[in-house]
Amino acid sequence: MTRWLSKNLIRIYAGLAIVYILLPIFYTIAFSFNDADKRNIVWRGFTTDAWLNPCEPIGICEALGNSFKVGLTATFFATILGTMIAFALGRYNFKGRSTTNLLIFLPMATPEVVLGASLLSMFINMGVGAGLMTVIIAHIMFCISFVVVTVKARVASLDPKLEEAARDLYANEWETFRRVTLPLVAPGIAAAALLSFSLSFDDFIITNFNSGSVNTFPEYVWTASLRGVPPQANVIGTVMFIVALAAVFAGQVVGKRKGKK
Amino acid sequence: MSEPKKVQGDLVLSHITKSFADFTAVDDLSLTIPKGSFFALLGPSGCGKTTTLRMIAGLEEPTSGKISIGDTDITYTKPYDRPVNTVFQSYALFPHLTIFENVAFGLRRRGIKDVDAAVEKVLGLVELAHLKNRKPGQLSGGQQQRIALARAVVNRPALLLLDEPLGALDLKLRRQMQIELKWIQTEVGITFVHVTHDQEEAMTMADTVAVMNNGKIEQLGSPADLYESPKTVFVANFLGQSNFIDGVVESTDGSNVVANIQGTRITFPKSRNNASGSALKVGIRPEKFRLHDPGDNTHGNVLAGGKITDISFTGVSTQYLVEMPWKQELVVFEQNDGGAPDLVKGDPVTLSWEPQFTFALDGASK
Repeated sequence: MTRWLSKNLIRIYAGLAIVYILLPIFYTIAFSFNDADKRNIVWRGFTTDAWLNPCEPIGICEALGNSFKVGLTATFFATILGTMIAFALGRYNFKGRSTTNLLIFLPMATPEVVLGASLLSMFINMGVGAGLMTVIIAHIMFCISFVVVTVKARVASLDPKLEEAARDLYANEWETFRRVTLPLVAPGIAAAALLSFSLSFDDFIITNFNSGSVNTFPEYVWTASLRGVPPQANVIGTVMFIVALAAVFAGQVVGKRKGKK
Repeated sequence: MSEPKKVQGDLVLSHITKSFADFTAVDDLSLTIPKGSFFALLGPSGCGKTTTLRMIAGLEEPTSGKISIGDTDITYTKPYDRPVNTVFQSYALFPHLTIFENVAFGLRRRGIKDVDAAVEKVLGLVELAHLKNRKPGQLSGGQQQRIALARAVVNRPALLLLDEPLGALDLKLRRQMQIELKWIQTEVGITFVHVTHDQEEAMTMADTVAVMNNGKIEQLGSPADLYESPKTVFVANFLGQSNFIDGVVESTDGSNVVANIQGTRITFPKSRNNASGSALKVGIRPEKFRLHDPGDNTHGNVLAGGKITDISFTGVSTQYLVEMPWKQELVVFEQNDGGAPDLVKGDPVTLSWEPQFTFALDGASK
């Protein structure tokens, strides 16, 4: 018995850890099929009602749409700005580079509550009404840091000799960037964009401070939880989970195929 | 991209200097490389040879001086506007493109038609046409090296620069590539400028070798010329090994110089004397010495009173260290062909050599 245990202990431990991680997700998926009444907490029987009418609860799809608007816009701008900063920091030696490097980390290190509250007071002082616009500005701000860190790592691993080779082979500055630099840094930029979107989509604290009367999906769930979260929230959560899983899976398949070729 | 102007002719570097913040990499260097030649820049690391190459490629700008090909000044021309291509030491193949697209890169940028035929032809030349759909990461070092060469050659530049192109290959592959490179150069007729720190590589491949040291050219000539008649101690020691014995000129006798080295009188042809004054450094290559038992018949110049202090077998030859009466140790190579006497450590020996193999340098040279 003790021998069996010592042989399999690591497997048991790993199994428990995986269960621990997956249980909440399983719970979310299972309760999207619950025949819920007001509160979706007790299992009352299987139904596909929520899946067939995902937009039934008032405001849920509107909130989801807002989350997408904020997420996509913030990702777009944060990725462009962050990539440009990453190139500047990774490639050029300028006065104040190390200070900039440090400042870029600040939004990641600052507690979200502080950031959210100070952003709100800043917007109020400037006379900007809270709404989707302020949420987008706030999200771009904190996403940039993550983009810079991700893309910079990729830029640093890029051999400058490759760009020299491109210029030697009749590619001017723009062609060199488009044909050599950008394709080689692209995986880093794509990873940064995915990270930005998931950070923005998930964010509750900063959003809640700066959204005014507008609701994003996390805010909707938070408000709804006071009365009872409808199973449609589980449906949306499940779909998002499946989409993310599919994206990771597709990425790995493409990566493997490229490696084999 | 527009097609770079048809530039042809000799490559001329005149008074090129390149200074960085705290040192001068290339110091007032002037050089003419004839069109169609295989030229090697040889020197130890940090001698300025790679910086020189990068200035020819346009990847560095000289601090002062002028670079031209034929009548065209290219000193400040952008790298993509000059008819020069480089084979990089690390090959620098584009990892995200196939072998075909790597080779086609230069042609596509210049908007040349019929890329396919040109690429196929050059891939045939380096015998790697079957790998055209692979990515660089799936090729061996030797194959990558050949693709890097093909990617440059396909553009038919006026000048092809090779930056230590064989440095990353093992010895056997390096030998094979040396022969192939030489053959390809003859085949395509492009001027090759080859930078290397490997004297054997430079001598095997190049028509003309320039030996560089501290940002300057020490000596320029054919491989045989540099080996047999080095003009400086640095060249004599960088290309092979040399023994130097201090001496003074005693007299000149017709076409010969008579000199005294450490009490022994020797002669050598006047043409072999590069010293301006009477103080000499007399150079003799280790393989030019012959070993004799004391009292044997000798001819040529003779140095008596040596004692063997070390023997090491190196395969084709045996290396002896011989201590002379003035406490200098001389290196002697003897072919393992049965011609040399059987010697053991401690044996007394006499050295001789033919006068025409002597080379005399200025006594003050280092």
